[in-house]
Amino acid sequence: MAKILAVDDSASMRGMVAFTLRGAGHEVTEAENGQLALDAARGNAFELVLADVNMPVMDGIAMVRQLRALDAYKGVPILMLTTESHTEKKMEGKAAGATGWLVKPFDPEQLLATVKRVLG
Amino acid sequence: MGAVDLTQFHKTFFEESLEGLDAMEAALLALDSGSTDHELVHTIFRAAHSIKGGAATFGFAEVAAFTHVAESLLEEVRSERRGVDGELIDLLLRSVDCLRAMLDHTSHGLPAADADSEALRGELVRLVSGEAAPAPAATTAAAASVDGWAIRFVALPHLLQTGNDPLRLFRELQQLGRLDVCRAFVVDAAPTQLAELDPGQCWLGWELRLHGAVARAEVAAVFDWVEGDCELAIEPIAPAASAAPVAPVAVAPPVAAPAASAPRPVRETAAASSEGSSIRVGIDKVDALINMMGELVITQSMLSDIGEHFHPSQLERLREGLLQLERNTRELQESVMRIRMLPIGSVFNRFPRLVRDLERKLGKQVKLELHGEHTELDKTVLEKIGDPLVHLVRNAIDHGLESPEQRRAAGKNETGTLRLDAYHEGGNIVVQISDDGAGLNRAAIVAKAEQRGLIRPGQEVDDAEVAELIFQPGFSTAAQATDLSGRGVGMDVVRRNVRDLGGSVGVRSQSGKGSVFTIALPLTLAIIDGLVTAVGEERYIVPLISIVESLRLRPEMVRKIAGGGEVFHFRNEYLPIMRLHRAFGCNAAITEIERGIVVVVEEEGRRVGLLVDDLLGQQQAVVKSLEAHYQRVQGISGATILSDGSVALIVDVCGVVRLGQRSKAA
Repeated sequence: MAKILAVDDSASMRGMVAFTLRGAGHEVTEAENGQLALDAARGNAFELVLADVNMPVMDGIAMVRQLRALDAYKGVPILMLTTESHTEKKMEGKAAGATGWLVKPFDPEQLLATVKRVLG
Repeated sequence: MGAVDLTQFHKTFFEESLEGLDAMEAALLALDSGSTDHELVHTIFRAAHSIKGGAATFGFAEVAAFTHVAESLLEEVRSERRGVDGELIDLLLRSVDCLRAMLDHTSHGLPAADADSEALRGELVRLVSGEAAPAPAATTAAAASVDGWAIRFVALPHLLQTGNDPLRLFRELQQLGRLDVCRAFVVDAAPTQLAELDPGQCWLGWELRLHGAVARAEVAAVFDWVEGDCELAIEPIAPAASAAPVAPVAVAPPVAAPAASAPRPVRETAAASSEGSSIRVGIDKVDALINMMGELVITQSMLSDIGEHFHPSQLERLREGLLQLERNTRELQESVMRIRMLPIGSVFNRFPRLVRDLERKLGKQVKLELHGEHTELDKTVLEKIGDPLVHLVRNAIDHGLESPEQRRAAGKNETGTLRLDAYHEGGNIVVQISDDGAGLNRAAIVAKAEQRGLIRPGQEVDDAEVAELIFQPGFSTAAQATDLSGRGVGMDVVRRNVRDLGGSVGVRSQSGKGSVFTIALPLTLAIIDGLVTAVGEERYIVPLISIVESLRLRPEMVRKIAGGGEVFHFRNEYLPIMRLHRAFGCNAAITEIERGIVVVVEEEGRRVGLLVDDLLGQQQAVVKSLEAHYQRVQGISGATILSDGSVALIVDVCGVVRLGQRSKAA
């Protein structure tokens, strides 16, 4: 099972994502914003990063850009958790180096299916 | 695994959403007062955005729909397509209020939307330029009758760097149907020298055939993440007999099923009533607690060591150890108490909004100053002090501060100042509400008091007595009850609410200069300072804050009155004597008044003397609820455990005074 980093400033969303993934046997680390996520990523070898876009301190887009600049995270899948109203955010995320996205709202089944899609 | 139960995250969602709304309100007010900080707009947007995302995720469709429109409007502001004016801020502030109500309803399992919220949503929708009707659910193009798809997929060199992997794509395609790889090739532009080859780059292309009745959209969905990272061509494999050429499917990017348009049934939270309140504690407080615990453990092991091999020569060490234990215990107690303490800022924060609304309604100009927002109060006290404070602030603006014209005429600045202060003083927290308005209207208060029969016509009253009059039940000087202050709540209710919290409230006023209302509150409700008294074999604790004096009566001070009551003369008035042994049915108590001691207590301006056998000393008592363990008892507010392990009951002075009044009346 994979080591996953879940990044969201909303405790309920983060909790839901982490709980769902842990239930599927993954090892989940939570971070409240992009900056804390970067700090966590430096000390760990995550196999997948799931990140919200709109966050205080450092948003998801900037976080992806900085993660991709780290050697250890050049090829690690990073999925953006975004809302359907922000197609341009998807593209912005991609341009920053995100692997793909999961459109909010999603339910636990959709989340697990997407994670499975990335991790195989 | 089974379905994941999301209800456990609802409470967090409601809490963070309310916090988000608070932040949104504060930012809106900051914008209103002229700030141009763009971060404020981001904060507002982010709050709406988070609520929307959470609401949709947890199935609160109505909340999600409302925030969706608000967010669209905010997006226009954020991208500077719309300017911010007072009207927009008004609308957004009303939206904040509306969302608070919607969240409240939702958290109690009630429908969130009502006529008001729908009307407001309508207003927002009208304002949002070109807000299209909610996107119709993407019609998944009916699987055209094709035998399959021929796919040409050429990765661009950077594809791997986005974390995507061609193998993963192929695996997904395999799940749709049978996949044949017809050809894999190296693209022409690939470096020819091995040394130039970067393992992080991909120079490969594939020609694939996917067999089966699969919709084009399904195939395209597999590649949605790599759009722009590859060259992709998806062509139908000519069907054996395609009768009607299906209209070419639009090559629009596929849309992942938007669940938002189909409101999911809202799960009824059966546990609506079990909303156990929670508290957020800073990690530093928890760390302090753990630290203290560590010290306690050390002290304990030291003491048990002494106890095991005790020798009189170690008496000094034992004494030291006990001293240390006492210090540890006190520190631990303080740390634990601090966990319940929250900054009063959370209450103060609602005032900018309130003041703004009042200014507009009353046509007054008010400058609000907040000081000491970081002062911490017990959570319970904090929750209950809000309403009295709101009342005092309303009052100060409604009755205290004058209109700009009046102020100008009086030679004052047209803008009045309202100041809220919170600070520690002794074992209390003091909250002050000061205004630089007209001060208490002595003439009006005296006239009203005479009319109400609170004082005799022509009676001399000093300033302190005038100030006291406004706290009398039913007192209100407003010529006309406005919808602000005159909500049927008077200063007497404020005083009662504050007293219920173990605090006191008073006012100082200077004509033409303004008024200062001062509220003193205990640090915590969980511990009281009490006087331990003996009544027969029982111990009763009387809260120190209520005690006026304790004295031994001489027989000639006591009078029997009709109906069997007893009163005694105390500072120019007769007070009823309440024999605690009789009230609580204690045996073996002293019954001759002159042999016992009378403790004079005061509550809501009324005094009674409690007859007890003896005073045993002062003690801090940790209040344990009687109702939780037994049942409510008139005249008793709780119980505590004394140092010898026995149980003592804590006297509810308010209840006892009421009992005393009744027996006096009887």
